[in-house]
Amino acid sequence: MKSDRLRRRHATAKIFRLLCAAVAWAGVVILAVLLFHVTREGIRWLDFQFLTEFPSRFPEQAGIKSALWGTVWLITLTAAISIPVGVAAAIYLEEFSPKNRLSQLIEVNIGNLAGVPSIVYGILGLVLFVRFLALGRSVLAGSLTMTLLILPVIIIAAREALRAVPDSIRQAAFALGATRWQAVRAQVLPVALPGILTGVILALSRAIGETAPLVMIGALTYVAFVPEGPMDAFTALPIQIFNWASRPQEDFHQLAAAGIIVLLVTLLLMNATAVWIRQRAERTGR
Amino acid sequence: MPQASTAKSLQAGASTRKYRTREELIRFVLFLCAFLSVLTTLSIIAILAWEAYSFFREVGVFDFLAGTRWTPLLEPRSFGVLPLVAGTLQIVVGASLIAIPVGLASAIYLAEFASSQVRRVLKPVLEILAGIPTVVYGYFALTFVTPLIAGIFPSTQIFNAASASIVVGIMVLPMTASLCDDALRAVPESLRQGAFALGATQFEVTLRVVLPAALSGVMASFVLAASRAIGETMAVTLAAGATPRMTLDPLQSIQTMTAYIVQVSLGDTPVGTVEYQTIFAVAALLFTITLGMNIIAQRVLARFREVYE
Repeated sequence: MKSDRLRRRHATAKIFRLLCAAVAWAGVVILAVLLFHVTREGIRWLDFQFLTEFPSRFPEQAGIKSALWGTVWLITLTAAISIPVGVAAAIYLEEFSPKNRLSQLIEVNIGNLAGVPSIVYGILGLVLFVRFLALGRSVLAGSLTMTLLILPVIIIAAREALRAVPDSIRQAAFALGATRWQAVRAQVLPVALPGILTGVILALSRAIGETAPLVMIGALTYVAFVPEGPMDAFTALPIQIFNWASRPQEDFHQLAAAGIIVLLVTLLLMNATAVWIRQRAERTGR
Repeated sequence: MPQASTAKSLQAGASTRKYRTREELIRFVLFLCAFLSVLTTLSIIAILAWEAYSFFREVGVFDFLAGTRWTPLLEPRSFGVLPLVAGTLQIVVGASLIAIPVGLASAIYLAEFASSQVRRVLKPVLEILAGIPTVVYGYFALTFVTPLIAGIFPSTQIFNAASASIVVGIMVLPMTASLCDDALRAVPESLRQGAFALGATQFEVTLRVVLPAALSGVMASFVLAASRAIGETMAVTLAAGATPRMTLDPLQSIQTMTAYIVQVSLGDTPVGTVEYQTIFAVAALLFTITLGMNIIAQRVLARFREVYE
């Protein structure tokens, strides 16, 4: 027969386990509530017209055309700048850098940059790109700001992908007389590519949702045109959502919800792509 | 044919040299890309220091750091930053009250109890929660959490610290859970087995053996969560309000440091005036606090890695 004390200890263990499980599953519940709430509020406004109309003072006529195109411009430019620079930085740190003070400084610095609040990047972009380089409140200024913001994320992810490539591949290339760069370009990079791509997509999906830096550099909140070049003014999806959500009228809140649905579906598609790339790479045995 | 072989080796020498120059060039370009991160940090520091310096030529450092009235845009102007700091602190404490217990308990469940199938479901859900943009959380706070709180406490203002704290807590929860999970899983299995062999229950093993062993990692995750909550911008701008004041009542409208910066940049304050310079002074304070906390967390983490790796 078990003693009372032993029974109590086992009861405590059981309660603790149940409590932890309940709390952990609460995350699922919160996510479900959030998605349900947004869908219920916004689905009514979500139609083809919502995607093809410019913002308006009249909720019935308002749409996200300029915001959607602004985001497409912003993310395309950001990707075009941040991917080469980020991957190059990761290659340097992982494959080339000597073990010295400077390399160590760069590494610590990247870790710290990843923790800098995004609004501080907004201030950096405002002073450096908008004013000092006189790019104005353009898509280019926004993309450069976003680039600085997501570079640490890309570098960290790309380094992990490069580190996962077995050393034997490099040594085989060196044994055949390849230089370091030849080994990296022809052997290491192709193997690390799925991992790098996954990291890049996740970093870009962070850029899509970022609002604060764009508010700082002054991405206009009311834009009734589609940007036609990198120097044009622009608005973006999260800015439009912020603008609608900060108005007192119920109708605009629901428009914000409709915008959020579009934003979340985009993010979901990007994340699904990242997962798909990762799983395909795992299946082919890399 | 000795002549031909000399020519060949000369050729080889030339091509080696060519490769070496190219290799050096590539290496230099790659280095520049990596060094860009250092330049980024330096420009942030330079910009904040320079603009804050011109601010502090007009306003005393002590008046700024210890003043309890923040009315830079209204007459009579007063530049005491403490109300903004208090507002930020209120959000951080509120968010930590949610993120720390829930994050830690989730991590314990994931690391110690959950089967691998459950992990495969819960981990992605946490990742999705972490990937939801902060403006969405702001909307959620405003249109869902605030009405919920107002239903319980009718005195709740439309903009209030409580609902912002709750969503910021939800926002940093995934990061806390995932970092705690890493810390718990880094504890060697032998420690658990040793405790089980002595007859400890799962609860006792977790609380008295695993958790103390993972303590530094867990603490670091708390510091990082708090630092993230301090820098959070859009959710608090949308939900917490724009009323800088020192209050302990979470149902009232407040203003955080980040929300103030957004407010000024959205308004039409003329560039170059003292009113405008305030955003750099506030941003410099924000940057210093978050950087300090991140460095502390990294120090703690580095120590804990040394023990088990």
